[in-house]
Amino acid sequence: MIAFVVRRVLASIGVMIAVGLIAFAMFRYVGDPINQMVGVETSVAERAQLREELGLNDPAIVQALRFLARAARFDFGVSYQFKQPVADLIGARMPATLELAFVASILSLAAGIPMGVYSALHRDSALSRLFQALSLIGISLPTFLTGILLITLFSVVLGWLPSFGRGDVVRLGPWWTTGFLTVSGLKSLVMPATTLALFQMTLIMRLVRAEMLEVLRADYIRFARARGLSESAIHFRHALKNTLVPVITIVGLQLGSIVAFSIITETVFAWPGMGQLFLQSIQNVDIPIMAAYLLFIAFMFVTINLVVDILYVSVDPRLRASLHGMHG
Amino acid sequence: MSRADVDLAKSGPPPPSLVARLRDNDLVASFLSSKTTAAAGLIALILIVAGLAAPLIAPTDPFNPAANFLMDSLTPPRFVAGGDPRFLLGTDDQGRDLWSAILYGLRISLMIGAFSVLLGGAIGVALGLIAGYAGGWIDSVVMRIADVQLTFPAILIALLLDGVAHALLQKSNREETAFLVLVVAIGLSFWVQYARTVRGSTLVEKNRDYVQAARLIGLSPARIVVRHILPNVMGPVLVIATINLAIAIITEATLSFLGVGLPATEPSLGTLIRIGQNYLFSGEWWIVAFPSLGLATLVLSVNLLGDWLRDALNPRLK
Repeated sequence: MIAFVVRRVLASIGVMIAVGLIAFAMFRYVGDPINQMVGVETSVAERAQLREELGLNDPAIVQALRFLARAARFDFGVSYQFKQPVADLIGARMPATLELAFVASILSLAAGIPMGVYSALHRDSALSRLFQALSLIGISLPTFLTGILLITLFSVVLGWLPSFGRGDVVRLGPWWTTGFLTVSGLKSLVMPATTLALFQMTLIMRLVRAEMLEVLRADYIRFARARGLSESAIHFRHALKNTLVPVITIVGLQLGSIVAFSIITETVFAWPGMGQLFLQSIQNVDIPIMAAYLLFIAFMFVTINLVVDILYVSVDPRLRASLHGMHG
Repeated sequence: MSRADVDLAKSGPPPPSLVARLRDNDLVASFLSSKTTAAAGLIALILIVAGLAAPLIAPTDPFNPAANFLMDSLTPPRFVAGGDPRFLLGTDDQGRDLWSAILYGLRISLMIGAFSVLLGGAIGVALGLIAGYAGGWIDSVVMRIADVQLTFPAILIALLLDGVAHALLQKSNREETAFLVLVVAIGLSFWVQYARTVRGSTLVEKNRDYVQAARLIGLSPARIVVRHILPNVMGPVLVIATINLAIAIITEATLSFLGVGLPATEPSLGTLIRIGQNYLFSGEWWIVAFPSLGLATLVLSVNLLGDWLRDALNPRLK
């Protein structure tokens, strides 16, 4: 078990270093950092001096190591377009994105699991067919179209919900602003969170349905029936419990993609989060922000993957046994 | 089909007619047995033909600024009060005929979708074959890269590649290269699935008797891989490609909607929706509504076809 954890941690660090080197290559070789930082009136001598000061004349390996060492301390340099430290810019926008992602995940679980269970237990009912049709539409509709549809209905036609921004936010401590505590903040959250949750919800629903159908065919379910247990005990205490293990894995892994997909949702709803910042940085070739965002997302994915892997092995005794078999 | 099958077919009774073969074909039978699938196939076919024939059937050329009706910008559709009989679906902010713009947009979406699927598929299948057949360090390197890329959503990879391409290319020729950049960015974000699938099947196939036999008669590895293994691992690739076509079309539309895809001078459906969103609150609903409808119909019909193909080719579900 310990050997497994150590190996997974080392592999994760390897991935992070690889992504870090890609980020470094982007920063150093895509465009000239000096040209991006200074104005046209800067003389050649001043440019050369700045180049020397920033260490851009050092061997590439030294520069790469320095970049990685700084990145490990969340120092990504200064944004070309905003002339502010990248870490501050990202930090200021992180609460907006994380709150959105959090609410969207909860929403997709709360709706997706019951829908999946229902459509597995009542395969041919009208409601199940409706859910199946909805899930196909959920997968086919691009995220931004869902958002526009919601805006058209609830902002343009009905005028119930605001179509952009985060509403009023409350500052909690130096690092966090929250929209959870004001009415306008909560109202602003409804549509972006729904949009972001829709795709995940369809995914969870399809997964729960498929897993549940698989589990219901298993021998221990038949045995439970033979023992005369009630249908609800079989469905919920035996079947659902075993269905949820793979579901939780996938949901964990999907957390990262919720944050990535928030780029689209944030653009549709002008939500002041990290995704919007990243998109602006792509449009304005602001490499330090692009590099930092890439590393941030990579870190999140790698951490989640690692935690899920380790949890999986510690929860599932069969996997543990096979590990022992493999490594003595 | 292996060589032995072909020989058997030759020595047997004469081959049945095309109609009979189509009737007996499982794929065709299952296609026609589902009304939804047949309808989706018909709609997809209509959209594809409309896109391909856009230069022939579109009333105006939306890429030619001189052909725009600037005086008539933001005209509502023909069937709405204030509409102009010249513009079936109205015009956008630059006086472009929306009907023509949608036809051309459909064409662009389909072309980028198809080319990026071809590119991603070609790279993925090639790497999967090489990794599976060669094994060893080549296999580990390819699969490690695949693992790393797989931890990121494809849309993020496409966005990053797009951003890097923007930075590398001159601002002046960004518009000319936008199409190519999109194809490469989307194609490269999709190769992993093909590579993993093909590698898996190759690992199985390479231990089969026919591969051993080919090796024994001294064929070169390249010939074995291309002529013998490749035809036997293509089934799942087709399914992935259909599903990826829908995803590629969505990705292109999303990138264009986010403003990093095709420029407003060369609008795809996503670009048109992006333009239209600015007019949602001022009442010009048609600019966003019709391109959205076109995009949703296209993706839905392609998805339905993909679902059907996956089920039809999956022997476990029969």
